[in-house]
Amino acid sequence: MIYSAIVFLPLLGALIAGLFGRVIGDRPSEVITTGLMMTAAALSWFVFIETGFAHDAAKGAIKVPVMRWITSGDLEAAWVLRIDTLTAVMLIVVTTVSSLVHLYSIGYMHEDDSRPRFFSYLSLFTFAMLMLVTSDNLLQMFFGWEGVGLASYLLIGFWYYKPEANAAAIKAFVVNRVGDFGFALGIFGVFFIFKTISLDEVFRQAPDMAGKTMNFLGYDVDILTTLALLLFMGAMGKSAQFLLHTWLPDAMEGPTPVSALIHAATMVTAGVFMVARLSPLFEQAPVALEFVVLIGAITAFFAATVGLVQNDIKRVIAYSTCSQLGYMFVACGVGAYTVGIFHLFTHAFFKALLFLGAGSVIHAMHHEQDMRNMGGLKSKIPITWAMMLIGTLALTGVGIPHVGGFAGFHSKDAIVEAAYAAHTPGNYAFWLLVVAALMTSFYSWRLMFMTFYGKTRAEPDTYKHAHESPSVMLIPLYVLATGAVLAGIVFAPYFIGHHLSEFWGTSVTPDKDIMHHMHEVPVWVMWAPFGAMATGFGIAYLYYVARPELPEKTANAFRPLYLFLLNKWYFDELYDFIFVRPAKALGRLFWKGGDGTIIDGTIDGTAASVGWATGRIIRLQTGYVYHYAFAMLIGVALIVTWFAWPTGLGPSGIGAGISK
Amino acid sequence: MTIGLAHYLTVAACLFTLGILGIFLNRKNVIVILMSVELMLLAVNINLVAFSAFLGNITGQIFALFILTVAAAEAAIGLAIIVVYYRNRGSIAVEDINMMKG
Repeated sequence: MIYSAIVFLPLLGALIAGLFGRVIGDRPSEVITTGLMMTAAALSWFVFIETGFAHDAAKGAIKVPVMRWITSGDLEAAWVLRIDTLTAVMLIVVTTVSSLVHLYSIGYMHEDDSRPRFFSYLSLFTFAMLMLVTSDNLLQMFFGWEGVGLASYLLIGFWYYKPEANAAAIKAFVVNRVGDFGFALGIFGVFFIFKTISLDEVFRQAPDMAGKTMNFLGYDVDILTTLALLLFMGAMGKSAQFLLHTWLPDAMEGPTPVSALIHAATMVTAGVFMVARLSPLFEQAPVALEFVVLIGAITAFFAATVGLVQNDIKRVIAYSTCSQLGYMFVACGVGAYTVGIFHLFTHAFFKALLFLGAGSVIHAMHHEQDMRNMGGLKSKIPITWAMMLIGTLALTGVGIPHVGGFAGFHSKDAIVEAAYAAHTPGNYAFWLLVVAALMTSFYSWRLMFMTFYGKTRAEPDTYKHAHESPSVMLIPLYVLATGAVLAGIVFAPYFIGHHLSEFWGTSVTPDKDIMHHMHEVPVWVMWAPFGAMATGFGIAYLYYVARPELPEKTANAFRPLYLFLLNKWYFDELYDFIFVRPAKALGRLFWKGGDGTIIDGTIDGTAASVGWATGRIIRLQTGYVYHYAFAMLIGVALIVTWFAWPTGLGPSGIGAGISK
Repeated sequence: MTIGLAHYLTVAACLFTLGILGIFLNRKNVIVILMSVELMLLAVNINLVAFSAFLGNITGQIFALFILTVAAAEAAIGLAIIVVYYRNRGSIAVEDINMMKG
């Protein structure tokens, strides 16, 4: 009952606000959806404590059947809520951030005309996300997966009168389709191999399939590796990993609370959740895991480099999200799934905090998002500054090894240590992550310095009217800031420390060795992220506070590199050239050539030829009686000839009869 | 020379052809067309009566009487139409009667 309530209360809110929003008005819609979401959040925390701490985890997952869905031959898919520790962690992340974002949106969106629609979408998204994390079979997960994709599309394009917002929404949807294509193929493959899509059953059979191959188009491919790679393709799309990342920065066209909820804390982490949820499957496919590490490490590095030079405050945070997701995938790829989920958990707090803080800045600056037009805001909006500072400290992972620190310190350093312990070739994963940590620190502090410090570059009028946000927007910041400070130190022992196995139970299958080895890395490895973080801070301080003319000089000195980064490694241009333009050309061919010329041409041609023919036939009608009479006579003559021809020209019966 | 069936039929055929030519070659007056139609009907009557007499069957002659009746009625109606038409348009020349076209 309580589990069903968590999942379906947001749906109820979405339906009420969506269907009756106009009837009941703006304020009741906001209150109802937010209230239901907070109820769900409270219930989730209850479930989390019960599942993670009080429940005998060895018993496995709690199953709550909701109803039957599809039964067709071997295919059995039921709506079943599966509650174990992994799900419970996701439940609190999703419902907590969602309810805070609902609350925040009451303030942030107060000038918007279609607030019921906005809140309805937010609640719908939350419902789909909850459906995803509570799924008990792959089809149910796919339902949630597509549901969040839909909600993401609707929310990115919420301001549908902005062409950029529409374009971004379509881009997000299409790029996600690419990943979802792989995910769907993976599900088909799982059903083909295992004859079931139920998670438990697949996990039970997976070890038997390890190392077996199947023939596909003449190639012998490893079954589990193929399946895992296909499923991971879905994760790459949803979590904006390298090659499929292009939609995430553009998604920032949506309202800022949406960015905080969907494109930082919850939806984009669905891929990480999926890999962790399917960990028994991935554990049997080491090649696929190596690929996960590779993609994760590249993403972490790549997104951080692009984040260095962006000027839009939201885009910096978006690339940061992309980069942090790479960290999570590295953790999952080396087998430390719980570490990845732990980073997901802490990241949700501090990244939502940063986004909502950025929203507060944007709100104060009257929808100015370019950091080049900010600066000196610390005295104007001190509370937002303090909250952003906490978020930045948590993101950059400030803390002292063996002592403790902000949330990001515990989770990110654990990932770096796990990456070192995994001994990837040349330790590339470790080094990429450390360099990414340096860049993370640099761009985070760059954001802080450009926004809050120095002399203002804003319009004097805007600067004068910059004001602190109302408390309805600040309260969510306080809550998230608390999480950003405490989530790491409080939960680290349970998520990744000594109480790991009691806490997680059977919900994920971490690689036992890696969890062991990551605590025994050399001391310098433990200090490496700290050093990177401090260096990044130092450089940022030098560039943006001590010597503000340096960024300009550096950019001019390394112009090609700067442009390369500013244009996001030219990925959009590359994809535009490889995919978008050929697709458009093909579409134009079908549109102009196929539809316009051939189909319309045939139909219009038929109509025109009928017109032409009738024009001719009209000429036959002279109006003179004797012409008609002559035609009649010709007809009579022909008919008589036909029937009276001696050799039976006419129909055999009559003609033959007459000819006798 | 005995007058046989073939002679009657030849006469009838000549009359019929005259009627047809009267319709087509006439460019002057609608009344001529009406008369040509009468001529064709009479040719058919000759055929009927001739066959009736030579085959010894009275049916053909009865039909000939019917046709005469119908032809009389038809001539009356046709002339009436022509009179009305002349009153309306002031001409019954065949060239002028060409309004019935698309």
